[in-house]
Amino acid sequence: MTASIATSQTILVVGGGISGMTAAVEAAECGKQVILAEKTATLGGRTAQLYRYFPKMCHPTCGMEINLKRIKGNRNVKVMTMTEVVAVSGTSGDYSVTLKVSPRYVTDDCTACGKCGDAVSSEVPDAYNYNLGKVKAAHLPHAMAYPQRYVVDASIVGTPEGEAAKAACPVGAVDLAMTEQTIEIKVGAVIWATGWRPYDAAKIQPYGYGRFKNVITSVEFERLADPHGPTGGKILRPGDGKEAKNIAFIQCAGSRDENHLRHCSRICCMASLKQTQYVREAYGEEGKSTLYYIDIRAIDRFEDFYAMVWNDPTVSFVKSKVARIAENEGNGNPILHGVNTEGYKRYAIEHDLVVLAVGMEPEVTGVKLPDDIIQDSSGFIEGSKDGGMFGAGAASSPLDVNRAVQSATAASLRAIQVIHKTASTEAS
Amino acid sequence: MSQAYKNDFLKEVEANVEDGHMVKMCMQCGVCAGSCPLGPHWEHSPQKIFMMIRAGKREEVLKSDSMWMCTSCYNCIVRCPRKLPITHIMHGLANYSHRLGLAPDKQPTREIAKLFWNNIVKTGRVNELTFSLAMYFKDGFGQGVKNAMAMQGIGLGLVKAKRLNPMEILGGHSCKDKSGIQKMVAKAREIEDRRRGLAK
Repeated sequence: MTASIATSQTILVVGGGISGMTAAVEAAECGKQVILAEKTATLGGRTAQLYRYFPKMCHPTCGMEINLKRIKGNRNVKVMTMTEVVAVSGTSGDYSVTLKVSPRYVTDDCTACGKCGDAVSSEVPDAYNYNLGKVKAAHLPHAMAYPQRYVVDASIVGTPEGEAAKAACPVGAVDLAMTEQTIEIKVGAVIWATGWRPYDAAKIQPYGYGRFKNVITSVEFERLADPHGPTGGKILRPGDGKEAKNIAFIQCAGSRDENHLRHCSRICCMASLKQTQYVREAYGEEGKSTLYYIDIRAIDRFEDFYAMVWNDPTVSFVKSKVARIAENEGNGNPILHGVNTEGYKRYAIEHDLVVLAVGMEPEVTGVKLPDDIIQDSSGFIEGSKDGGMFGAGAASSPLDVNRAVQSATAASLRAIQVIHKTASTEAS
Repeated sequence: MSQAYKNDFLKEVEANVEDGHMVKMCMQCGVCAGSCPLGPHWEHSPQKIFMMIRAGKREEVLKSDSMWMCTSCYNCIVRCPRKLPITHIMHGLANYSHRLGLAPDKQPTREIAKLFWNNIVKTGRVNELTFSLAMYFKDGFGQGVKNAMAMQGIGLGLVKAKRLNPMEILGGHSCKDKSGIQKMVAKAREIEDRRRGLAK
């Protein structure tokens, strides 16, 4: 079905996060045929997992909704969820791509009524909340999910639970006989909008992530602050569910470090500055945030936001990269040890909760990409030797949402040029 | 000696100290200082020493006893985000300040290092007996006797276990070509001094 619509004048966008959505919709609105392939069950990617954006502190729901509306209203975009690229062969203007489509066990008929979810009792880790909580084995990935269709987890297929979900569906949309499919398509250009993932904080041994329950990552903190998160938006620490009012943010957790990620992840300073305002929002003057930093990199036009947070009496700044974290065994509080560069004073400071501002690692780290792809020293995608494939958004560089969208639009334009070139060659 | 570099201590360190060229790479994050097990006992942490070098505080750096406190645990090297060979730089600074005669006089690490060196270059082998005795008597004859008495039990134990030969007092064992070793060390020093501009 899909194969029939794809030609060498089609653009394939790999990844359905904010960058992939943008790249796809920009090309589609220029009249190009686009296939948007997303690995998970929904579009939105990591942007949908944020509580608020900096610097305007608005909710991602807003920008996402506009993009979804554009995608829904445009017949040039074909969205394929649960789809991964397995192989790419050929050259610019004439690629053959093998796609693997995993079974969702729910058909297009799904109305997202939720009866299948009510019918099952087994639970699976909630990926939307970075596995901080659990979700029913038949679930909607999240409130903003597109397509608005449930997913039946493979773990209950072939069990009475799976049958219960099927029986509960009033429109017969649960199809437990679905199998994995492999599809070959022809495309002219490929945009890799494969995005980023948080660096594995457990690798930063002295910080004790994974050993100390009250040491979490910045992406997990986003979920704690979000009303759709595991705590319903209350900032409760994972160790004992206590309100975390005295929070430490550790910058460069994994970034700018030859032992971890060589690059500056660029967004983490602003993300932590933003998150201090979640603490203020939750606890007012009672909340205390402390930023431990090497230097604050409030990139581009964000100096004003930095100045605003700097002047916030609930936020203090310590110019030091924390050397190690210990745990107060009595109350579970993490104790931060280090030396303050301003005055070279040694400190040991206790906090309720530590948030590691983890760096951005390309999601394709460890994945075998087509030989033609050019990656930089950190694994970000620069493009391809034959000029027909492009990196977009956080797959190409550590970028915030705003810059990812700009990057995606640029990649889209480059892909359109490839298509135009192919079209003119074919016409002559 | 290094008049030409007097206004630029960082360049002097780069030219004369082992791995000194890496000092400029420090980004002052403080992980080394916070990771050092002897941290609370230093006058200046590594991070501070690097900043002082770059600030041209020549006398303060070279007269500091901080680099002599390094026990080579390598915690700082392992954790440094910029991979500075901090341990090596510390030993390099210690060596340089010693050669310039600026290192603190009664610093215990420096004293034991000097005794060890003077002992080993004589014969090409360490004479454990004379080395231990030199340690005991470094603070005078009276203190030396006290030290020796206090260590008597261990000394006799070592003799019994054949780990210490009392006959070593007569000059001890040496390598095959004693004068060859001495010539080699003298030549190495000559080359190093020439490179550092310390040659007479």
